[in-house]
Amino acid sequence: MTELYELTIHEAGTLLRQRKISSVELTQAHLDRIRAVDPKVKAFTLVTDELALQQAKEADRRIASGTQLAPLTGIPLAIKDVICTKGITTTCGSRMLENFKPPFDATTMKHLHAAGIVMVGKTNMDEFAMGSSTEHSAFFPTHNPWDLERTPGGSSGGSAATVAAGMAMGAYGSDTGGSIRQPGALCNVLGLKPTYGRVSRYGLVAFGSSLDQIGPFARDAHDIALLLQAIAGPDACDSTSSPQPVPDYSVALTGSIKGMRIGVPEEYWVEGTQPGVVKAVREDIETLRTLGAQVSDVSLPSTKYGVAAYYIIAPAEASANLARYDGVKYGYSYRDTDDMWESMEKSRQYGFGQEVKRRIMLGTYALSSGYYDAYYKQAEKVRSLIRQDFEKAFERFDALVSPTSPTVAFKIGEISDPYQMYLSDVFTIPANLAGICGISIPGGFSVGLPVGLQLLGNAFKEDVILRIAHAFEKVTDYHKRWPTAI
Amino acid sequence: MIDRETVRNVAKLARLGMSEQDLDLFGSQLSVILENIQILQEADVSGVSPTAHASRLTNIMRPDRSRPSYSPEALLANAPDQEDNFLKVNAVLEGE
Repeated sequence: MTELYELTIHEAGTLLRQRKISSVELTQAHLDRIRAVDPKVKAFTLVTDELALQQAKEADRRIASGTQLAPLTGIPLAIKDVICTKGITTTCGSRMLENFKPPFDATTMKHLHAAGIVMVGKTNMDEFAMGSSTEHSAFFPTHNPWDLERTPGGSSGGSAATVAAGMAMGAYGSDTGGSIRQPGALCNVLGLKPTYGRVSRYGLVAFGSSLDQIGPFARDAHDIALLLQAIAGPDACDSTSSPQPVPDYSVALTGSIKGMRIGVPEEYWVEGTQPGVVKAVREDIETLRTLGAQVSDVSLPSTKYGVAAYYIIAPAEASANLARYDGVKYGYSYRDTDDMWESMEKSRQYGFGQEVKRRIMLGTYALSSGYYDAYYKQAEKVRSLIRQDFEKAFERFDALVSPTSPTVAFKIGEISDPYQMYLSDVFTIPANLAGICGISIPGGFSVGLPVGLQLLGNAFKEDVILRIAHAFEKVTDYHKRWPTAI
Repeated sequence: MIDRETVRNVAKLARLGMSEQDLDLFGSQLSVILENIQILQEADVSGVSPTAHASRLTNIMRPDRSRPSYSPEALLANAPDQEDNFLKVNAVLEGE
């Protein structure tokens, strides 16, 4: 018999509404699973078990009364610890915010509470979402459920691992340069980065404000559609959220991609991509062709500048955003001095970890007098080139396809050079710079480890990439495989 | 490429306290990163205007009406130190 934690959200939703299972049972199954496997995976910074059972009881009451039912009512979900949860610690994986309890809920949380979700916990991450392995968490690294010696990717590694290991039915993360898609790929789950402006950033602790988006993790495309539906839409609290109408994403899952035009960017077959990843993705592209898609090559000539432009723009924005952590208003505060400047400098010295400091330094340097034009302004112009590449490509194609990450999951401690780590996001960064949407879906295996297939869609075309993901799943079973290391 | 004095100066601009050891470490790491970022200078950006934001929006307007906000107690609950509903900090304007 299928264990309750193995169900998808839409399957569990049906059973809940038919009263064949209760949310309390479903939630307890996930809390039991957390107890059994999280000591090995370490995906959570906080397990909110009491709250979860209380929310589950409330959901069961709602289901019994048959009112205010939503597809996510009574569904156990995990939330990346960068999304503000009222009265519940939101650490951002940092000593700086170790004891920070937000006075408000992020807009995403307001939507989820209105839908009646069950929150099982907050998930581990690279500090302030800066990293690609979850090793930069100030607390502990998270382990990949497929091989406990390896990282789950990052920065939303905790969220990806919870879904991969059946500790939550779905999860939310944030993606600034690949932080949802890359861990999704490395853990064999789906991870969607919505179009910039599709989801409110209010209450998402800021990293790179022109790049950040909240998005979902799940084990199939239908679940991603439900999880996105619940949080998409404009918000008066975020002036960059878009008034563009939100379509019904589930309706987009027709099962057919016949005649759809899919481009394969030539520049995404870079040296350094593992042969096993190339092989799996080439096979996936053939599968899409078999499904009736018209697949052909496309050139995105400015791709080679993506990582460089990103590592100016994102740190520049981060250096400004993280200026708020001064040891005065909230967060870690060094008090062993009478000098205000010393207090501020030491609060930041002891409150931030190495990767965060590195990016603050890089961003401050790029924005400082004498370097601004050569670095920041140049990077913003290059950003325009990257955006124009995609605009041209989407005149001819409905979606683009590539590997999500050049490698499968790497070992904890394997990559010590910061720039090598940055290259892990070479295929995911351009979508953030251009503000378009992208999803990573399970696309096969190499040496027993998951390979992610990335689908990129034009702005506000989440429905298109979800349709492709759904059609792909109907003829493959990669997304149904469970990790063996736990 | 980035000398110790530049690192020290950037750390000061960022109000980031730094150990002597970190000054050296960041100097060499930032040099490697900036070396890789030099590729940006090869891009032909003549006539290209910068993109500051990926949002496809111009201005979003809303009525300027007062709304309920948070109590001082709620907002100060995370403060490291406070007095009479104010944040308490070391003296700001004391000598130099």
